[in-house]
Amino acid sequence: MFDDFFIRALVAGIGVAFVTGPLGCFVIWRRLSYFGDTLAHSALLGVTLAFTMEFNIAISVFVISSMIALILIQLQKKTNLPGDALLGLLAHSSLAVGLVVIGFLTFIRFDIMGLLFGDILAVSVNDLLIIWIGGAFILLTLKFIWKPLFASTVNYELAEAEGLNPDRAKAIFTILMAAIIAISIKMVGLLLITGMLIIPAAMARNLSSSPQSMVIYSIIGGLLSVIIGLFTSLEFNTSSGPSIITAALLLFILSLFKIKQSIKLKN
Amino acid sequence: MSTDQNILVKLNDAGLQLNNKWLVKGVSLQVEKGKIVTLIGPNGSGKSTTAKIALGIYKKIDGSVEKYTNKVGYVPQKISIDWTLPLRVNDFMMLTESLNKETIDEALSLTGVIHLKDKNLGDLSGGEFQRVLLARAISKKPDLLVLDEPVQGVDFTGEIALYELIKKISDELSCGILLISHDLHTVMSATDHVVCLNGHVCCSGSPMDVAKNNEYKALFGEQASQILSRYQHKHDHIHTDEGEIKKN
Repeated sequence: MFDDFFIRALVAGIGVAFVTGPLGCFVIWRRLSYFGDTLAHSALLGVTLAFTMEFNIAISVFVISSMIALILIQLQKKTNLPGDALLGLLAHSSLAVGLVVIGFLTFIRFDIMGLLFGDILAVSVNDLLIIWIGGAFILLTLKFIWKPLFASTVNYELAEAEGLNPDRAKAIFTILMAAIIAISIKMVGLLLITGMLIIPAAMARNLSSSPQSMVIYSIIGGLLSVIIGLFTSLEFNTSSGPSIITAALLLFILSLFKIKQSIKLKN
Repeated sequence: MSTDQNILVKLNDAGLQLNNKWLVKGVSLQVEKGKIVTLIGPNGSGKSTTAKIALGIYKKIDGSVEKYTNKVGYVPQKISIDWTLPLRVNDFMMLTESLNKETIDEALSLTGVIHLKDKNLGDLSGGEFQRVLLARAISKKPDLLVLDEPVQGVDFTGEIALYELIKKISDELSCGILLISHDLHTVMSATDHVVCLNGHVCCSGSPMDVAKNNEYKALFGEQASQILSRYQHKHDHIHTDEGEIKKN
């Protein structure tokens, strides 16, 4: 069944959408979209490392992204620079360093476009295992930290005062962010991963009145984007990542009509 | 660990320094089961800071805090909630603990906002939101309630009713309450122990003791000692940046 590359891509994309749905909601709620971008950009370094050391791509991306997150936390403590400047610094320098390193690795043939924008031809059965097992692990962990993470998103001091340990939840969530980037990089490409996190969740916000319903709509939006995007990619021979994100954008635009109606009703 | 089983939280000579400036210094107090301890003092005297120290929100403090319970309900003085979150009153009630429908309904009814249960949190007025905050804090039947100006923005009749409710909760649940209030009337009538703060503990004791205290009189004016809610602040000392206190 997984012999067909398109079936593999579809199964992989569906797995990714199940995980980006809930995580994307937190990215929006906690205003982490640029943070996600930074981790995604640093993934290129992880990819080069994987090629030079002949190591699994997902694992090395996960390691490098987690390290970048740690460096960011240290820089935030030790410098007086604003958060967005530090994020920009890390995002662009890690992307640049990654590209320079690729330049040196002349003995390996790189599909740069595939890395940046995703490549459905590249999804192997091994990748499927990583996506589904890793994805299940991410979702279980998120379920476990949901209460403290959500409570501290609403109000940090309330969560801390009432004994929920929000700092630990935040640290675990950072690791989950690195993990989702690691498992979805082949599918969406490193430049567009944050789009996969944010756009379905943004669409869901327009349709929902409670956090739970936003998560569900976000998953549905992600699934639709993947399915529509991949069929488009197959049909018109476009890169998978941009096709999926464009589908997500169309769904977001559709959701704007719904929000217009509810605002009209309010007035 | 505790010698007295009734102690819920105890501050030993606690203080907090931020950017080489003392927000509050040398506070010792304890909250026991079924007792209401009230912090009074002028703006910037460290009331909210003291409450947050007691709650364990600040990590790097001077002195020590001994907390003997994890069942805590907190009503912060100001709360900034991101209204982009889709959050109804009902979701907010279950923020830190999963509660069943009856418990939520009961708490919302007690503070008079049951009709707002399915409303979006962002659509509430200041007073309504304050009532929801209080309902959330009491709904989990905590051992320790920390209420930082819990009735701000609530209408006059509501204010009296909510203070009566707070007193009732303390009796019924026999929970300890750390209350911050500007309403000296309430403080003097319903409190077991008053701590008067002005960057440090000016005086403390039973409401009557405190009312007679000279430092309290100096801080709140002569009339306040006759249990009037006249709010007047006269300094008998100044605070240097290092946190030293100099008499005038």
